[in-house]
Amino acid sequence: MSSIIGFYSLVLSSSLSFLIIFFSIKNFRNSKTLDKRIISLSFLQFFLVLISFLGLIISFINSDFSNETVFNHSHTTKPLFYKISGTWGNHEGSLLLWLLVLTLFIFLFIIKSRQQSTQYRILTLLFQQVIIIGFFVFLLKTSSPFNYIFPVPEEGLGLNPILQDPALAIHPPILYLGYVGSSIIFSSALSAVSLNYITKEWASHIKQWVLLSWIFLTLGILLGSIWAYYELGWGGFWFWDPVENVSLMPWLALTTLIHCILVLEKRLILTSWVVVLSISTFTLSMCGTFLVRSGILNSVHTFANDPERGLFILIFLFTLIFLSLFIFFFFHKKNNKIDNSIFLFSKETSIIINNWFMMYFLSVILIGTVYPIFLDVISSQKISVGPPFYNKLIIPFLIPFLFAMTIGPKLKWIKSDIKDKIYLFLFFLISLFISILIVKNLKINFLLNTILITFSFYLFFITLRDFFIRKNKNLSQIIAHFGFSLFILSILFNNIFTTEIITNLKVGESFVSEKINIKFENLSQTQKQNYKSFIGKFTIENDKGNLEIMEPELRIYNQPNITTSEADIKTNLLSDRFITMNIVQSQDYFNIRYQIKPFMIWIWLSVLLITTGGFLRLTKKI
Amino acid sequence: MYGRKVKLRFIFILLIFTTLALSIYLILKSLEENVIYFQSPSEIKDVAELERKKIRIGGMVKKDSLSMNINEINFIITDFKNEINVIYSGAVPNLFEEGKGVVAEGFLKDRNFFLASKILAKHDENYMPPEVKAALEEK
Repeated sequence: MSSIIGFYSLVLSSSLSFLIIFFSIKNFRNSKTLDKRIISLSFLQFFLVLISFLGLIISFINSDFSNETVFNHSHTTKPLFYKISGTWGNHEGSLLLWLLVLTLFIFLFIIKSRQQSTQYRILTLLFQQVIIIGFFVFLLKTSSPFNYIFPVPEEGLGLNPILQDPALAIHPPILYLGYVGSSIIFSSALSAVSLNYITKEWASHIKQWVLLSWIFLTLGILLGSIWAYYELGWGGFWFWDPVENVSLMPWLALTTLIHCILVLEKRLILTSWVVVLSISTFTLSMCGTFLVRSGILNSVHTFANDPERGLFILIFLFTLIFLSLFIFFFFHKKNNKIDNSIFLFSKETSIIINNWFMMYFLSVILIGTVYPIFLDVISSQKISVGPPFYNKLIIPFLIPFLFAMTIGPKLKWIKSDIKDKIYLFLFFLISLFISILIVKNLKINFLLNTILITFSFYLFFITLRDFFIRKNKNLSQIIAHFGFSLFILSILFNNIFTTEIITNLKVGESFVSEKINIKFENLSQTQKQNYKSFIGKFTIENDKGNLEIMEPELRIYNQPNITTSEADIKTNLLSDRFITMNIVQSQDYFNIRYQIKPFMIWIWLSVLLITTGGFLRLTKKI
Repeated sequence: MYGRKVKLRFIFILLIFTTLALSIYLILKSLEENVIYFQSPSEIKDVAELERKKIRIGGMVKKDSLSMNINEINFIITDFKNEINVIYSGAVPNLFEEGKGVVAEGFLKDRNFFLASKILAKHDENYMPPEVKAALEEK
């Protein structure tokens, strides 16, 4: 029943798009004020999609297996929480969620943009409706979440156990808020270009949306990363997996955009660049969707490979790209009255320099992600591009990047010079000293690491000083940049100081080495709602004689019949101890992986700090 | 001869092109060095000269070939035409089983032995690395 309501509500809602477009075009011609009907229709559209979404959730809760989506991704023994989160843990449901956020955001946009010109609001709405229609067609034609199966199956196929996790339950909605927010930026930039509406006021208005989607995208990526850390059992937080890369690309574009918008807001220069970035952010988000949903990249996000879906997204993507390029080249007018001189020592120069670096990082990731696909198509040669590629091309360039981040905010707009800044030099010496002390005794590349750690510390100290002195009132920037320095430092130390032991043990056996002894004490078994749980008890003794008990878990799920290993992680401020155990079929041995990962928690905390910076800027009334 | 503005613009354009050329060169060169090729056991048997670089081998874990001790795991990867022995010391993913698809990354010792440094995880039971799927479809 709820499926049927959901389906018709969705169809009805899609037809509203045409009504909205009709009224919008009528309103656009004589545009004194915004037609009230458009607002109510937009709300109605959101409301209907919401009903449809709730209908799907109810079908999942009731385990209504006459619905194909529910049958494919749910099971009666699944806990209620995962029945609900399973709604968007599949291709069809997640697209419905995407649509829900799209309709919500366009409604919010209309309400929040009262101060802008009516024409601009209507045109943005129109562009947004084009995207919404695209998604409606995609959803209804290729991936309807309300397909009916008859005869009704007794039991569902179940949700992939590694998706049955709290972090992954909220990861998609949060990530989508980020992705979909970028669609508003896309539509708004296009309509601003068409109407020649790019002003300082437009910049501060759209900045809110940029910040909003940036915050959600950052949090979404963070959640995915934390999940991968404890669930996949590798003990890392970033694998340069294509699926991760496709989320990082729009993030980089969006981060660049935030900085450019500031320049635009202040000086009304870089207009074309801002438009290009707005377009590419959304295009990259769509590209990501295309790559992971078409089955070209295989991953946990590939729910079902259907070439038709991939083709549809590809056509849709190209339509959007051509539309935006057309508008950009034919409507974009350069305003020559504005003083567009740029001096070497100025805030905008340092922002532009960092923009170029970010674009460089983006192209590295883009090439690394797309090249294997490209090669497979033209020569059917199978390759993969691993972390060394990214490390080699990105890490050295972090050095000038960090430097510009440190010095840039110290400079003034338009033109400034550096004088009376002895402390800048002093802090640099301190950072250099500290990093030499750290790197000196380690068996790693001395020069690169020293310089890298020096510049990270440099940013760290300078932002810390700014935070306490508060002469510069830009608190959000200080916190975000401080967070970034902390982020780089934690990653560096985490990489340098991680120790890892991998061994195979039987129950009762011990692994003995100079530094660490691991004893496999026993194995206990319990039956849970939809899985069997095996918990191993390990005693770990370090070289100081401290004992610690760790209990990693193995879960054998009933439907689908999959084994997952749950890491046991002990966290404190200095380091994480991480242990996973794995069963190897028909063997008495268990595969044990034990890691000590310093400053792990600071990687997560620093990303939260960076987000806090964005959040402060968003709430600041200007 | 030329105005200051023209000169500046010229330098600017030159700068952009050199950076572009340089970064493209860097990216391509590093791609060449860090790319990992995927091969099936049959392909390894066929090549004239053994790769010294890191490669990936994919296929099925042969039935009853798995054995392990405290330090290492030994098994055979087969594509049902040829097979190769794998010696691995490291963590195995959850879905590593006899008779299931597997991708191992590492170095060839010789034509029959492969020293793996990593075994790749799969995310669900229906999932098969695209490489394995292709290799199996060929047979």
